[in-house]
Amino acid sequence: MNNETAFNNINLRMDKGYRKREFRRKVNLAIRYAILTIGAIIMLYPIVWLVGASFKTNSEIFSSISFIPKKIDFTPYVKGWITGTQYTFATYYLNTFKYVIPKVIFTVVSSVLTAYGFSRFDFPFKKPLFAILISTMFLPQIVLRIPLYLFWKQLHLLDTFIPLYANDIFAAEAFFVFMIIQFMRGIPKELDEAAKIDGCNSFTILTRILLPVITPAIVSVTIFQFMWSMNDFMGPLIYISTVSKYPVSIALKMAMDATSGNFEWNKIIAMSVIALIPSIVVFFSAQKYFVEGISTSGLKG
Amino acid sequence: MENRRIGLLYILPWLIGLVIFTIYPFVTSLILSFTNYNIINAPQFIGIQNYVNMFHDSTFWTSFTATLEYVVITVPLKLIFSLFIAFILNYKLKGINFYRTAYYIPSILGGNIAIAVLWKFVFANTGLVNQVLGVFGIKPVGWFSTGLGAIFTISALRVWEFGSTMVIFLAGLKDIPQELYEAAAVDGAGKIKTFFKVTIPLLTPIIFFNLVMQLIQAFQEFNGPYMITQGGPLYKTYLLPMMIYDNSFKFFNMGYGSAISWFLFIIIMIFTMFVFSSSKYWVFYSDEGGGES
Repeated sequence: MNNETAFNNINLRMDKGYRKREFRRKVNLAIRYAILTIGAIIMLYPIVWLVGASFKTNSEIFSSISFIPKKIDFTPYVKGWITGTQYTFATYYLNTFKYVIPKVIFTVVSSVLTAYGFSRFDFPFKKPLFAILISTMFLPQIVLRIPLYLFWKQLHLLDTFIPLYANDIFAAEAFFVFMIIQFMRGIPKELDEAAKIDGCNSFTILTRILLPVITPAIVSVTIFQFMWSMNDFMGPLIYISTVSKYPVSIALKMAMDATSGNFEWNKIIAMSVIALIPSIVVFFSAQKYFVEGISTSGLKG
Repeated sequence: MENRRIGLLYILPWLIGLVIFTIYPFVTSLILSFTNYNIINAPQFIGIQNYVNMFHDSTFWTSFTATLEYVVITVPLKLIFSLFIAFILNYKLKGINFYRTAYYIPSILGGNIAIAVLWKFVFANTGLVNQVLGVFGIKPVGWFSTGLGAIFTISALRVWEFGSTMVIFLAGLKDIPQELYEAAAVDGAGKIKTFFKVTIPLLTPIIFFNLVMQLIQAFQEFNGPYMITQGGPLYKTYLLPMMIYDNSFKFFNMGYGSAISWFLFIIIMIFTMFVFSSSKYWVFYSDEGGGES
């Protein structure tokens, strides 16, 4: 009898403690959600507003906070696509891809080769060379701009797309090399040894054994380089001077400069949305690679 | 040993590129900074004249001050926001993927010139920000008409892109062993104490990495001032990279442009070295985790 009441007492106390903790957990959760939601709205609203505003009339853009247009109007897109120049956005997109695609391909190939050399072989001066590789990641690129411009001028290659991707033939962006090195280090060397016994040489070990395993890293490099080259502005600004060769970023700048007088704001906004579409599509189709890529490469340094 | 040569063969392209696209331009820009070079005539050696001119150039000082302001505002704010949101996200939440994406997207799109265009509209006199302020009864702010407002505008763009640093912090938080939190709880440490005594010390290597990266990037900001404020008003947002661009590629004053580049490079080095040398006082490397890489 006595035993039983004691037991009940304990049970009751535990129950009280449990409920208190459960209540605090719920409050904690609610606070987290509240902060996250308000933050997410602030973060995303400008982009949502941009998309909405691209359908609005010019007067409505500056008179309403709401992103929903009163009337959906596609004329800004039609006008934006035609642009004010003799070329349509199709030309500017084509120009963009003329250097973005080579850039991505060269980056992947050269970074994989360099990463393979550093992660699987021993060679003279490996340590200092690796240290140099890492330190180029921290080198402010701005200090190289002027001599590189003069270099391409001497070769008569200004106003071509070559200066925008040539350095990537030589794995110039150490960030990507490092990303793949980190990934390769995680693959057991026994795999290579076994392949060697089976008669693979060093190159076939790379193509047949390692490449299939490092595919996620390659996808990460591809999409990061794609995004960053789509965003590159200073490069084309310096090197491309003929309108027919303008990429999207410079075309947009030109439209912005031209519009400052005649208030066709919705056209500019529609053009901005068009300029963002490839990046948004790539982001959503390859989301998980972004997060994985940035956390492995950034962290393990 | 045959093997030793094969490794060199694989890194050969990188090695060639290092010489052509990094070492050669690096050295050349230093040499150019001691010359007068307008592209048409051959470079003329003028000693330290460019640097002397630079220190007598009031635009340079305004530009340098603006750059420092920009870095001092954006770097800490970006780190604080990303750490704060990462900390909140590091919890078993439903819909975590949605939130992570929401915070991450701006950092991916932010570099696009279209976002700079957007920013102009958002901070225009009758733009989105002023309209929202109006709802709370606050008078419209002329964001682009004062130096402070303009610096705030371009800084807001960079801080808005805190998602990538946040993802790095998030991965770091996930690596902290659960036992350490349990041990802290057993010792009777509260939430806040645990955060400052367990979480922050274990994150210091990542804070260090993010701090260095963000410093280097912030000092080189170009798109924001160039597209959004055009360096104005009165050069108050005329950051050094924009001044370098104007002098080199608009006025074709390559020698002077190189001198400012090298000044900026040295400033970045001083800041980076300071962070590196101070790191032994505040960065903790745990023994278990340090073995990697």
